Amino acid sequence: MHEHHLILRVVTKIVVGTIILFAFYVQFHGDFSPGGGFQAGVIMAVAFILYGVVFGLSKVKQVFPVWLAHKLMALGVLIYAGTGLVSLFYGYPFLDYTVFDPEHPTHGQHWGIWLVELGVGVTVSGVIVSIYYAFASRTPHISDEDW
Amino acid sequence: MIETTINIILFVMLVVTALAIIRMDKLFAVVMLSGVFSFLSALLFIVMDAVDVAFTEAAVGAGITTVLMLGTIALTARTQKKSPKFQLMPVLIIIIIGVALIYGTMDMPNFGDLNSPANTHVAAYYVSNSATDIGVPNMVTGILASYRGFDTLGEVAVVFTAGVGVLVLLSGLARRRREDKEEL
Amino acid sequence: MSWEFILGHMNYWLFIILMLIGLYIVIAKGNLLKKIVGLNIFQVSVFMMYISIGKVIGGTAPILPYDNTGHVEYGLDVIYSNPLPHVLILTAIVVGVATTSLGLALIVRIREEYGTIEEDEILDAETLIAEKENEDREAWLA
Repeated sequence: MHEHHLILRVVTKIVVGTIILFAFYVQFHGDFSPGGGFQAGVIMAVAFILYGVVFGLSKVKQVFPVWLAHKLMALGVLIYAGTGLVSLFYGYPFLDYTVFDPEHPTHGQHWGIWLVELGVGVTVSGVIVSIYYAFASRTPHISDEDW
Repeated sequence: MIETTINIILFVMLVVTALAIIRMDKLFAVVMLSGVFSFLSALLFIVMDAVDVAFTEAAVGAGITTVLMLGTIALTARTQKKSPKFQLMPVLIIIIIGVALIYGTMDMPNFGDLNSPANTHVAAYYVSNSATDIGVPNMVTGILASYRGFDTLGEVAVVFTAGVGVLVLLSGLARRRREDKEEL
Repeated sequence: MSWEFILGHMNYWLFIILMLIGLYIVIAKGNLLKKIVGLNIFQVSVFMMYISIGKVIGGTAPILPYDNTGHVEYGLDVIYSNPLPHVLILTAIVVGVATTSLGLALIVRIREEYGTIEEDEILDAETLIAEKENEDREAWLA
């Protein structure tokens, strides 16, 4: 694998951690400021895509294995639907978050939104990383000199 | 007034970018310009108060789409074939469609009208009650995850399905072909 | 047609122009990747249309002020822009990128089967394949 420039590699190592931290901020602060599961999932995926672009596909697959990305795709939808099923199980309408704290409905709403956004974020990051792997794993038909 | 001015400036930049996309033959430049287009539209979303949408557009439209398109041109072709510069038929078609659409906007409410139908019925309920019903400061998150949680479940399912579709198209066939070769 | 009417409707017309540029790329250009870029332009202009419907003059972004414990108690007398189109478009953008990637994957597969991503060359290849199949069938019948 062709090694990229030294500055690119050093900067990437510093930036990837910050991007992941920012993704968690966007995920869990999404009900106070702009953001939420959709954006956080994408930012999380971008961190791994940047790592893969600079260090090569085999390195990033050691950090974030392909099977994990595929499992996360389904796991997020299951978390989301499971949240709905919990409220259904306790006798509330589907996705009614009052079930998590019947004394204080707004606290229940907070818990429900937290869980649902987590599900969204997990699915989106899994899907984006899986799509990136699917594209990057193909061998190019054109040589690099044509750029 | 200042908002209208910014709107028009951003819009002119968007149109220039789109016209450049029409004229370019190098696909690399086309992909980069489509990233520029996404960033400009994110700015326009901020001017129109849609901060969440602008955030998403900047992260998704400008980031992910550009990376995926670069991956695609690495796998397919770098330049497009020269096409005739001006074609009459498509221009006629879009002029007809444009006139019909502009005729349709004549009955629409003014831009920024507080009493337009879109801003009165259920949206007004959301704005005035989400503080007591949900208690989350960001109304967009509150509506997304709670009032319209069922909608969002569907959207997440669509994202999941599209991801599975890409995997079937790009990974599944390769594996099947490899197994065929091993059998031979 | 008064000045107020023109100012109030100008946004819609501007987005229609942008949408038509995207439509022109989809119709007139033969390269499949460029068609996808055109579809993206089309899509984004529809998003702008929705967001501009939800904008309220003098309104602000739909985020309520909160005290340092995170409780929302004040700020209900301020005018906010309509948050409902924001929700619809936010999810539509993410779904849009997922479907765009599906289209790109299709382009990659087409390139592998036909060796090109130009529309007319694909049609030529299709005609050749169909003619060859016809000849084969006639030879088999005869």
